[in-house]
Amino acid sequence: MSLRCAIVGSGNIGTDLMIKMLRSDRLELGALVGIDPDSEGLARARTLGVEASHEGPDWVLDHADDFDVVFDATSAYVHVRYHKKYAEAGITAVDLTPAARGPKVIAAVNLTEHLDAPNINMVTCGGQATTPMAYAVRRAVERLPYCEMVSTVSSKSAGPGTRQNIDEFTKTTSTALREIGGAELSKAIIILNPAEPPIIMRNTVFGALPEGTDHDAVLESVYDMEKAVASYVPGYRLKNQPVIEEGPYNTPGGVVPHRVVILLEVEGAGDYLPTYAGNLDIMTAAAMRVGEAICDHREAKTA
Amino acid sequence: MSATTTTDYRLIDSTLRDGSHAISHQYYAEDVIRIVAGLDAAGVQVIEIAHGDGLGGSSFNYGFSAVPEKELIAQACQTAQRAQIACLMLPGIGLADDLREVRELGVSVARIAVHCTEADITEQHIKVAKDLGMEAIGFLMMAHMNSPEGLVEQALLLQSYGADTVYIADSAGAMTVEDVRRRVNALVNALDVPLGVHAHNNLSMAVANSIAAYEEGAKNLDGTSAGLGAGAGNCPTEILAAVSTKYGIETGVDPLALMDVAEEVVRPIMPRQQVIDRAGLLLGYAGVYGSFLLHAERAAERYNVPTSEILLELGRRQVVGGQEDMIIDVALELARKHAEQEITT
Repeated sequence: MSLRCAIVGSGNIGTDLMIKMLRSDRLELGALVGIDPDSEGLARARTLGVEASHEGPDWVLDHADDFDVVFDATSAYVHVRYHKKYAEAGITAVDLTPAARGPKVIAAVNLTEHLDAPNINMVTCGGQATTPMAYAVRRAVERLPYCEMVSTVSSKSAGPGTRQNIDEFTKTTSTALREIGGAELSKAIIILNPAEPPIIMRNTVFGALPEGTDHDAVLESVYDMEKAVASYVPGYRLKNQPVIEEGPYNTPGGVVPHRVVILLEVEGAGDYLPTYAGNLDIMTAAAMRVGEAICDHREAKTA
Repeated sequence: MSATTTTDYRLIDSTLRDGSHAISHQYYAEDVIRIVAGLDAAGVQVIEIAHGDGLGGSSFNYGFSAVPEKELIAQACQTAQRAQIACLMLPGIGLADDLREVRELGVSVARIAVHCTEADITEQHIKVAKDLGMEAIGFLMMAHMNSPEGLVEQALLLQSYGADTVYIADSAGAMTVEDVRRRVNALVNALDVPLGVHAHNNLSMAVANSIAAYEEGAKNLDGTSAGLGAGAGNCPTEILAAVSTKYGIETGVDPLALMDVAEEVVRPIMPRQQVIDRAGLLLGYAGVYGSFLLHAERAAERYNVPTSEILLELGRRQVVGGQEDMIIDVALELARKHAEQEITT
């Protein structure tokens, strides 16, 4: 079986997702929908033989019977306006904005938890890259009193959606570190770097390690998680070995004697933007994985 | 009550914000009270306070504050009699909610800081500051990394979002007098709002650059008491005031009173005096963000690699403000490289 899909948002993320979806045997792409008839994404859709509409989310609602799933790659405020309408129309929404209206899914951690939900939130690119590592640390320790992530993306790969939603990005990412990563307290930071040639997406995760932590177990868990994420984002890797640094550190979760520092790089697959844009890739690869998991889940139910 | 109507430029002192880097963000309430009281009595028009990396900067990446910054900000607001209290925030690190909270505490000036090519991420925060009735200052960091024309483009964006003042910051202390003149001249000609300049002393140019900025039309200048600040330090407020007086520039502040604050309040709490040593000079020479200095020194010690090599590599990578995590990354890579060389020799 396959699911009939629409992608709303013809910017960087939507266009990259389109290219990935055209390779899928389970997600059948019906249309790429934007608002600017002259957008590069819609032009690309036409050359690839994909139906392209510039009539925005309403176009999908007008054709509700043709779609099982809509992938929303617009902007947080657009998703906030439309998430109920998609649900009322019976279309499952996979939300790639940081609107956070549905349950959050991090593909490497809780992929199968919300497959019946009418709306699934994909958190943020930084969240997809770092929450798995927060979780990796958490599962190896008694408690993770505080976790922090720093995401640096090239200026070129950050579109207007990201730029107008910086607060939403950090808040949603930070929440994911707690709700899914298992940290008690958290912080998220995003930096844009304009260097030429553009830098590959970098993410750093810091975890507060309380007294008595088995450091080897933490490191082993981190290496295992690197493999798990790399299975669906091939460019995901530890840029350096994870290190345990000695403090003490006066974190919001209390003073801890050590911290773990996990230095990650995400190289993109180069589907739409060049390989530096790992931030697009990890988002679209995770969304594909969720879409395919929904498909498998529905197939299992009907079988 | 704008001070710029009676003085030739407005002085913003950032001892309690940029100075925070140099003491690894370990300010206590009594420091705040004494510094604010001293600066206020000396006639400083605006006093900036926050974590060195702005509101919400307390973190693993930038260092945890000893005391929650909002407690210190409340203290500053209660202490100041005449001066306005300002906060700096970087979108991506702090939140619009932080601005709302500090507004409640009495902060009336919001400096929204951003790398000098990324002005469009400040729109949300400048508007929030304006809606809260604050003066909004758009603050372009690492201004040596952008051309005069490029800065004009970015500054016009800040102005279009509602910024009341635009600043350029020589965050790496990398600019010469000529660099400053060209940028300030272009900006003053292009903008309707006043311009400000925030200088660092890594190349020993901070005071000269600030005076040059004034001569080209800048109406706001930054300093910190005793130069306390990131890298080799900021433009020292008391020296700027003294030199301005020599030039016949009306500052509205008392240079002697500022000298007392620097000598009697700030120097005693400084872990080391602000000198331009090799690492400090390298920041300016290689154009590296000043607040990386102490983090680089710590990583150098931990991984047994030279600080200077870390700073030069950060310069090569064109790392921008906020990427302190890359210091650990670079140190680990250098340590690995050194280990490989030892094996082969």
